[in-house]
Amino acid sequence: MRHYSLLRTSCLLFLASCFALCFAQEGGQTLDSVYLEEVVVRAFKPYAEVIPSQRLEGKQLETLGGTGSVADAIRYFSGVQLKDYGGVGGIKTVDMRSMGSNHMGVFYDGLELGNAQNGQIDLSRFSLDNIEAIDLYNGQKSDILQPARDFGTSGSIYLQSRLPRFREGKRTNVNITLRTGSFGLFNPSVRFEQRLSQAVSLSASAEWMSAHGKYHFRYRKRFSDGTLAWDTTAVRRNGDVQALRVEAALHGTERGGRWTAQGYYYDSERGIPGAIVNNVWRNAQRQWDRNAFLQGNWQHRCSERLTTLVSAKVARDWMRYLNPDTTLLYVDNRFTQWEAYASGAAKYTLRDGWDASAAVDYRWNTLDATLANFARPTRHTVLTALATAATWRGLKAQASLLWTHVADRYSNRRGDELVAAHVKRLDRFTPAVIISYRPTTAADLTLRAFFKRAFRMPTFNDLYYTDIGNASLRPEMATQWNVGAQYQWYAATTGATGITAVKLTADAYHNRITDKIIAVPTGSSQYRWMMMNIGRVRITGIDLTAMLAVKPHRDLTLDATLNYTYQSARDRSDPSDTHDGGTYGGQIAYVPWHNGSVLGHAAWRWLELNYSFVYVGERYHTSANIPANHEQPWYTHDLALTASHALWKANWRLTLAVNNIFNQQYEVIQNYPMPGRNFKITLRCDF
Amino acid sequence: MKGLPFTVYRLPIGLRSLCSHLVAALAIGLLSVSCRHDDVIFIPEHVDVARPELTSVRGFFLLNEGNMGTNKATIDYYNYASGRYTRNVFAFANPDVPKELGDVGNDLAIYGTRLYAVVNCSNKVDVMDRMSVRKIGQIDIPNCRNIRFHGRYAYVTSYAGPVQIDENYKQLGYVAKVDTATLEVVDRCIVGFQPDELEIVGDRIYVANSGGYMVPNYENTLSVIDLATFRETERVKIDINLQCVRGDNRGVLWVSSRGDYLDTPGRLYAYDTRKRRIVATLDVPVASMAMRGDSLYVVSSQWSEVNRTAGDVRYLIVNTATMQVVNDGFITDGTEDAIQRPYGIAVNPVTGDILIADARSYVTPGTLYCLKGDGTLLWQVRTGDIPAHFAFLGD
Repeated sequence: MRHYSLLRTSCLLFLASCFALCFAQEGGQTLDSVYLEEVVVRAFKPYAEVIPSQRLEGKQLETLGGTGSVADAIRYFSGVQLKDYGGVGGIKTVDMRSMGSNHMGVFYDGLELGNAQNGQIDLSRFSLDNIEAIDLYNGQKSDILQPARDFGTSGSIYLQSRLPRFREGKRTNVNITLRTGSFGLFNPSVRFEQRLSQAVSLSASAEWMSAHGKYHFRYRKRFSDGTLAWDTTAVRRNGDVQALRVEAALHGTERGGRWTAQGYYYDSERGIPGAIVNNVWRNAQRQWDRNAFLQGNWQHRCSERLTTLVSAKVARDWMRYLNPDTTLLYVDNRFTQWEAYASGAAKYTLRDGWDASAAVDYRWNTLDATLANFARPTRHTVLTALATAATWRGLKAQASLLWTHVADRYSNRRGDELVAAHVKRLDRFTPAVIISYRPTTAADLTLRAFFKRAFRMPTFNDLYYTDIGNASLRPEMATQWNVGAQYQWYAATTGATGITAVKLTADAYHNRITDKIIAVPTGSSQYRWMMMNIGRVRITGIDLTAMLAVKPHRDLTLDATLNYTYQSARDRSDPSDTHDGGTYGGQIAYVPWHNGSVLGHAAWRWLELNYSFVYVGERYHTSANIPANHEQPWYTHDLALTASHALWKANWRLTLAVNNIFNQQYEVIQNYPMPGRNFKITLRCDF
Repeated sequence: MKGLPFTVYRLPIGLRSLCSHLVAALAIGLLSVSCRHDDVIFIPEHVDVARPELTSVRGFFLLNEGNMGTNKATIDYYNYASGRYTRNVFAFANPDVPKELGDVGNDLAIYGTRLYAVVNCSNKVDVMDRMSVRKIGQIDIPNCRNIRFHGRYAYVTSYAGPVQIDENYKQLGYVAKVDTATLEVVDRCIVGFQPDELEIVGDRIYVANSGGYMVPNYENTLSVIDLATFRETERVKIDINLQCVRGDNRGVLWVSSRGDYLDTPGRLYAYDTRKRRIVATLDVPVASMAMRGDSLYVVSSQWSEVNRTAGDVRYLIVNTATMQVVNDGFITDGTEDAIQRPYGIAVNPVTGDILIADARSYVTPGTLYCLKGDGTLLWQVRTGDIPAHFAFLGD
């Protein structure tokens, strides 16, 4: 089976390459400046949004450490925790400001990636290869012409796939990348862009990734006097991955508007490496995924005052989970999800500097599973958002109100027999207010604040999973307050030596999570779990970032970004649990008090050096903050060296990367050892 | 450096200090973080919980199960002579064992001079010296559940027998016969699906088959194994989903069934091994139980899948001679209101003190309650995660 899929992929890639080459001949010409538009890696966005995003883009993305997935890049944003189960195939999810990963929305080219089953988007599935920029917003994107769904998350990540750009006189771009290195990584990809007409262009990309995923890890303990107690090195197994990604998109422009239509397909098989516990050094569980979606959007300026945005999406996600381990309960389950989504939004300019908008979304989700007596839920969601934005001198303000209507249909079954059918409806109104103020025109300093209420719906697993699901769950609420400031300065003239840019931001925030959905033991004395709305968390934090770019010499540019986050995330669930080893007031699981990152970049003519550092401070793996639950801090240093050269009518780029240079043996999640020092070589060719 | 003060000089004083404060805050933040250091062997925590008490029972061990995947099975020890409770004695006594005791402890017993801990998800039984808790060796048995002894052999139930290939994947359980001198599995006897507790009465082993993986087709039998031939001789039908099986001193087995959590409730059965029939049926759903003399102490509650709750927990004593509930609330001072999830029970064979292990929320440390025989609280102490199984250390 695996051989078959490898063969199939190889054929596909080969065909795609041939296809690309044919076109390339036609439009081919020497391009030694194809990267020009990407050279400005940290371009400041114009002051358009009320609160700008944290952004990573362009070449900076390519050289970030780790396994080359979106998850690895997101570690460098402030206020973000990555839950990483290790290795190439390990699940990686993101938690923003300790609200829990289910409160995050992940948007791909403007439309949300859904997972009604468990609400988790595994960011290790998204390769950085086809991504142009990643934006992270606390609260919401402060744009008002957007689908209603965009007003409904507590934090959001926008992944922007590469947009085709053609140099004057050029009709075709081809990019071929080959990546290899540790973990048996073999990762070729090809991307092809064609200008079909003045207004329409096509992009298509295909990527294959395979890795055996094995790496050495070491556990060691010492006596308190420093002598060695035990020291074990083993190989992480069953972390192999084979994945195929194919994407194609049409991008069009028209008078006063633009549209895109795209298709995405992802097919993978992976091992689930599992927890390393005494006497069990490997696991046998496997997972297969097939995700496909078709989506499109069209933005059109109907008149001077009216702009509309229409979006639609259809998605199917199939997953198979197999536990063939004969020492455990044998499991072979299949899950199929469907989603259909349509959205219409319009923005009307009431007067100069004052806009209002309305958006209506409809979403349909369904899940079927090969589980005994499965409830087969279907969810209809109607989202209606009203928003307004105003600008007056240095003041910008935006307010929005979102009405969410959800209707779930599910059934009680015994075998194939339908016992009862249920409908459950829910309505919620959630507001957001965002303001920013620029006190002086002499400097680019802005003060900002936002207040937002949002919630996450219980997932299908929370509600209906056989045995543990609880159909009477309420949504989990999140309330956020944020105040902050941003100062930025950049040199008026390019080319001069000296400091070229400075950017400082500081935000303080307070979040409250109520009705948090957590698994709770319910049988008074039997080992039974059920999802319940009993958690409460209070989070107070500070995010600081500083960025400096210097040009000491005509050919040399240096820049560095520092991020630091302090968080106090207290479990306030059970006021009676204050005895010895209690959880009330304890820092919640896996949230460090301190974490931060450093990104450094130096470019000298055709050479570039990237350095990245991630620090995650001490944590506890439950909110009972006792020594037995303590987790050590961890930090990794990564280095990447890139050389670019124009040769044979093409631009070549070779990147050598060393991740976790000091070979730190660490765990992000208890009993899931992370890889030590590892290497990666990337060869990229553009023509 | 023309741009050096990054034009801050153009800013009002307030802004200039704001910028410098930001940089200072960033620096302080980065400096206040701590570095990683080598993991140190867990030092046992001692808590003095009660006055010393000298009887022929020196102390007891408590096995904390720990949640699956956490590798947090630990053994605590209470010393009656000093009144001192010590958490996590295994890790300290065996600093050279990688990854400590393991994942999900399921049974604990003392036989001869040795302490045996059945560690379910680590697929092994750890064998330790009962005084020093030093590990002597281990017996590898996949998905092992419970242990009993007879003569020179230990008998261990396991879910992981041969796999039956048909349209529904089925896997029978077995009982492993282990030579305690060599710690080798010398024989295996196939029994029903998912066997849990076992008990040895006379020259037979009685095994409670649960069929817990076979929902809704639970098992409903005890497997009877002849000790001499180590072959299953018969199946005794009791009720569905059997769990506990304890023998009293009259040759009667006290067998609990968990029911199906829907229409069939859990019950407690008395099976007379001499008369070979059920001699009493009590409508008592058992969560856990412990025997002392003619008294069977039962923590009783019934989980219901229909309304998805467990009924009230009751603390009962069944007299094994009269086969009746003689006390329907043996906790007398209101301590039962503090106990969240009673998960294990034991009774000191000499003093009659009752130990109840409270697993609380399962993901946080549990609490051990020690009650006098009259049902009043003597002391309580924090344990490891999911305290459950006891073994008393005699002279």
